[in-house]
Amino acid sequence: MQRIGVFVCHCGTNIAATVDVKAVAEALGHEAGVVISQDYQYMCSESGQNLVKNAIKEHKLTGVVVCSCSPRMHENTFRKAAASAGLNPYLVEIANIREQCSWIHKDIASATEKAIILGRAAIAKVHLNTPLTSMESPVVKRALVIGGGIAGIQTALDIAEAGFEVDIVEKEPTIGGKMAQIDKTFPTLDCAACILTPKMVEASQNEKITIHSFSEVSDVKGFVGNFTVTIKKKARYVDETKCTGCGLCTEKCPMKKVPNEFNMGLDNRRAVYIPFAQAVPKVATIDPNYCMMLKNGKCGVCSKVCSAGAIDYKQTDRFVEQKYGAIVVATGFNPIKLDKYDEFAYSYCPDVVTSLELERLMNAAGPNGGTLLRPSDKTHPHTIVFVQCVGSRCDDGKGKQYCSKICCMYTAKHAMLIREKYPDTEVYVFYIDVRTPGKNFDEFYRRAVEQYNVHYIKGMVGKVSPKADGKIDVQASDLLAGEQLHINADMVVLAAAIEPDKTARPLATMLTTQMDTNDFFTEAHPKLRPVESATAGIFLSGACQGPKDIPETVAQASAAAAKAIGLLCKNSITCNPCVAHSDELMCNGCSACEKVCPYGAITYQDKEFRMPNRTTAVRRVASVNPAVCQGCGACTVACPSGAMDLNGFSNSQIMAEVDAICK
Amino acid sequence: MNKNLKDWIDITSGVNVRKCMRCGKCTATCPSYNEMEYHPHQFVYMVERGEIEPLINSESLYKCLTCFVCVERCPRNVEPAKVVEAVRLAAVRRQGKNHLSAEQIPPALDDDMPQQAIVTAFRKYTK
Amino acid sequence: MQVNENFKPVIVAFCCNWCSYAGADLSGTNRLNYPANVKIIRVPCSCRVNPMFILRAFQKGADGVIICGCHPGDCHYTSGNYFTRRRITLLYSMLDFLGIERKRTRLEWVSAAEGAKFASVMEQFVSDVQKLGPNRRLEDLRCRKQ
Repeated sequence: MQRIGVFVCHCGTNIAATVDVKAVAEALGHEAGVVISQDYQYMCSESGQNLVKNAIKEHKLTGVVVCSCSPRMHENTFRKAAASAGLNPYLVEIANIREQCSWIHKDIASATEKAIILGRAAIAKVHLNTPLTSMESPVVKRALVIGGGIAGIQTALDIAEAGFEVDIVEKEPTIGGKMAQIDKTFPTLDCAACILTPKMVEASQNEKITIHSFSEVSDVKGFVGNFTVTIKKKARYVDETKCTGCGLCTEKCPMKKVPNEFNMGLDNRRAVYIPFAQAVPKVATIDPNYCMMLKNGKCGVCSKVCSAGAIDYKQTDRFVEQKYGAIVVATGFNPIKLDKYDEFAYSYCPDVVTSLELERLMNAAGPNGGTLLRPSDKTHPHTIVFVQCVGSRCDDGKGKQYCSKICCMYTAKHAMLIREKYPDTEVYVFYIDVRTPGKNFDEFYRRAVEQYNVHYIKGMVGKVSPKADGKIDVQASDLLAGEQLHINADMVVLAAAIEPDKTARPLATMLTTQMDTNDFFTEAHPKLRPVESATAGIFLSGACQGPKDIPETVAQASAAAAKAIGLLCKNSITCNPCVAHSDELMCNGCSACEKVCPYGAITYQDKEFRMPNRTTAVRRVASVNPAVCQGCGACTVACPSGAMDLNGFSNSQIMAEVDAICK
Repeated sequence: MNKNLKDWIDITSGVNVRKCMRCGKCTATCPSYNEMEYHPHQFVYMVERGEIEPLINSESLYKCLTCFVCVERCPRNVEPAKVVEAVRLAAVRRQGKNHLSAEQIPPALDDDMPQQAIVTAFRKYTK
Repeated sequence: MQVNENFKPVIVAFCCNWCSYAGADLSGTNRLNYPANVKIIRVPCSCRVNPMFILRAFQKGADGVIICGCHPGDCHYTSGNYFTRRRITLLYSMLDFLGIERKRTRLEWVSAAEGAKFASVMEQFVSDVQKLGPNRRLEDLRCRKQ
């Protein structure tokens, strides 16, 4: 006979205001098997938990029902309390009478009635609960970092620092990401390459870090502590182990007209290339879309000049399989495409550029060697107009609804740098709001206005029209002066919104992590668990989770590393015991369950069974690997013979709940 | 502030003026800016504040070409031209019995008919 | 059709632990109202819902059953909700064949962020079932309350 204790929480007035808790405790006390039914102000408090513990001991309870807040809040609290009083933690059930009752309903009578029914359902379930014990599963002491930008590099360095092996997977030929393309950083104006490249070198020299450049994650299997990842190493037609990065091939390659993506297509590179001088790994890559040898078998110059013999035209994509305990996602961002914003003339006027293009135009390693020149006629621009919020804060279906966060600051930086270097240039910034929350950020923006005399105008640019004389007419509003302006500009710089990288969405599917509608990865809790994804063992680093500047990215990268290290430190993790199991006597080995299992947790064994008249027979039966099973229950429904059942959510338990609700 | 009139404008235009984030792109892009006393962003803001009388009495109401550029470019989908149209309608309604059916229009007036009005009507009802 | 205002339908909602149950919690946290007829049963994944449970609910006197899961592609278990979708589609045709009003069963995708959607879906579902009236066709008379 079951001996069940019912504990009804007031949660201050959160529950008690709309649910008559005394009546609930009274009503549930009359249910079959219930030996004690109490109510208390705060069940989750120390004294509330003691109430439960004492009742378990005193009344020798075999089951506990707590009518309180959502099991997502305090199920663990009460399970721990039960365990400390000697009751198996899985004999505790929660009836959610706060989030799903008292907070929803205003009428006390109907809310109380519902609370009693929810309590009854929980009692009906707990009658059928069985004690469960958690399994331990080992943790592979190796981490995978997806993305080799500043976020990925920082995470990898921190994990390596703690003594664990880390692999970085980067889809480009070099690590470095967006930060490598940036000229200077706000608000200190130090050179991005000067602070990034030492970190890139550190990552490449750290013996705990393996860099898979020009690679992608093609498959992820497994679960926290035990992921098996297939990495596709794309064919770069150069043997990484032989290439010395001398760059001779890139000088001799006759195919010169390849848009250089590192410089945002503002100049050209060869078909065999090293993205930039400080690339890590410093290994050449052949672009098969342009290489004459790969396209029509005629050329082979690079192979002839390479003294190391590193060129290999026959290289194919290779797949590497590796086991990891933790995965950190650091896939970063990209500026949006501006083809939907025709009013800014971006698609047809070369002197209308995005901010990232301007970074390259101003960079010493950029197309103009650091001199700011107009892309169209290579002359010095005298009037430059910056347009903020291009595609950000848009509710028109063309852009993004969110604020891209970094544009205000980098525009102030650009404006300041231009005024500093070319004092004869007039700089106008059209803003809707200037958003500068951050250490030394507002001071930086004010400096641009007060010291560098950048013209900040509250208003938006309505139309950009290139004129026949090469100038650009910028039609805009000055809302404070109540004027419509026409500026005769030489260049227009658009602060394009940023969006998550396109590779993030398929990756999220592989990792079974969640994304928001903008394709940013969703954190497990927006305030309290900002660097973990809801899927155990997957951590988030950098702009893949939301727009971020460099200091925030680095902070989050280190935080994600700390979380990953916390996981890797453990020798084993406790598995959820709510897993499937099959009743071998009922199983007929049909394989229906195996086909629906997303984790491959079900295998078949030939087992000997005793038959009538002292005979035996060998039958094929399903068996579930409890370390791999995640407890989704897909197999339980697929099973035609009803042999498969799920611990903690068994057929009979759910049915008992249904019955209790419909009674 | 005339709450009824403001509500009427809100319903007639179908525009939620509170969506405006005051960027001024409508005004930046307006081709009849120089002709106007109240500019598109002011229209939206004044409707939001319920100051509709000055708009009804202003010539600006009829300077709007209903070219819909502001609707096209507004990043928040506020659609200022629809607000202007609603205020025009409020002004027209106030003039009392002035409805003219198509048959009543003398053919002689055809040449002088404001094409703009017809285009406006088309745009308004087909958008 | 005559709608009986006094009829209080019994609604059983199966919510997956990861998305819809959290969505239901969120609608509570945001103090959004939906009718008290809805009683939620927590399941690990919408694919844990055996069509048998739904029939059992009808047999025991439920007037409507709603299953809520993660949006397609967002399943915590990768593919569970796709199984649910197929199973419920088959159940629909079976219920049609049996002559049970299709509107008594519903499958909805509610994410953990969609507290408002959860409340509005429940509101809508309860009013739809309200219009259909009590479930008489599948209810087992032996199970009827005295």
